Amino acid sequence: MNVLVNGEPTVLEAGATVQAVLAALALPGGERGVAVAVDAEVVPRGEWPAHRLSEGARVEVLRAIQGG
Amino acid sequence: MAVTETRDTFTIGDRELTSRLLLGTGGFRSLEAMAAAIEASGAELVTVALRRIDPGARGSLVDVLAAAGVQLLPNTAGCFTARDAVLTARLAREAFGTDWVKLEVIGDEHTLLPDALALLEAAEELVDDGFVVLPYTNDDPILARRLEDVGCAAVMPLGSPIGSGQGLLNPYNLRLIREHAGVPVILDAGVGTASDAALAMELGCDAVLCASAISRAEDPVTMARAIRLGVEGGRLAFRAGRIPRRLYAQASTPEEGRSEF
Repeated sequence: MNVLVNGEPTVLEAGATVQAVLAALALPGGERGVAVAVDAEVVPRGEWPAHRLSEGARVEVLRAIQGG
Repeated sequence: MAVTETRDTFTIGDRELTSRLLLGTGGFRSLEAMAAAIEASGAELVTVALRRIDPGARGSLVDVLAAAGVQLLPNTAGCFTARDAVLTARLAREAFGTDWVKLEVIGDEHTLLPDALALLEAAEELVDDGFVVLPYTNDDPILARRLEDVGCAAVMPLGSPIGSGQGLLNPYNLRLIREHAGVPVILDAGVGTASDAALAMELGCDAVLCASAISRAEDPVTMARAIRLGVEGGRLAFRAGRIPRRLYAQASTPEEGRSEF
């Protein structure tokens, strides 16, 4: 299954979840202050383990930076 | 009782704030420099932004800010449409667990001036969604009123474009905004140095939000302190009531009893 993670083409197992994407990213500093959108919709943290991605999904994984 | 002895706070939403200086975290050379400037500024509310994760990033911004004991004010910097700004605000709520947002909808990448129409549209949608909305807005008294009318918790007019350090280009409009607003007015953008912050407060602004003037100063910690004192001085001057401007001199020493030689 092909998806886009932060704009990068990424191959995942069919039916992979948002949680699987985050695990693969091995975020330094863990998942605190992280938010995820799939196809321009927020996926709440509690739904990450159950939310399955579909072919062509656009996943945005965001975190706090200094700004403003 | 002198004004210096009375408690002088202001309230945004249901949060009572003592510090009238809000700090933007953009532009600091390091997390350590940012943390030191936050302490020197006395700020209780600091802005953060959301961007795609950077696997190479070092240190955790949210941990440093948590240690500083400040409340986070996520922004929607870099959004050019109401749709993007609303989505970014919702992601920030998810990431930081706060429904406060500094709403920015930018109309032009050279001036970074707000897109008034898109700003109002996004503000209304976010208020309806339960957000405490602090919009970064043009120094337009009518737009400020419209933003208040749709339920914004404060209005944050610019003094001059973001990062320009040009100070307050239209004090008249800022004063009109302050005269008519029923919510806090926070001068946002354009402060270059302490006197700009003092002037904003003398005009009656409730607070000043400052980023680049502090973070990009040669010595951010000292500038944070300077701007903090500027804000405090300006606030006291506003409360104390300044003398009117006159065309001619008015002697402060009594005329009576002068000697005649």
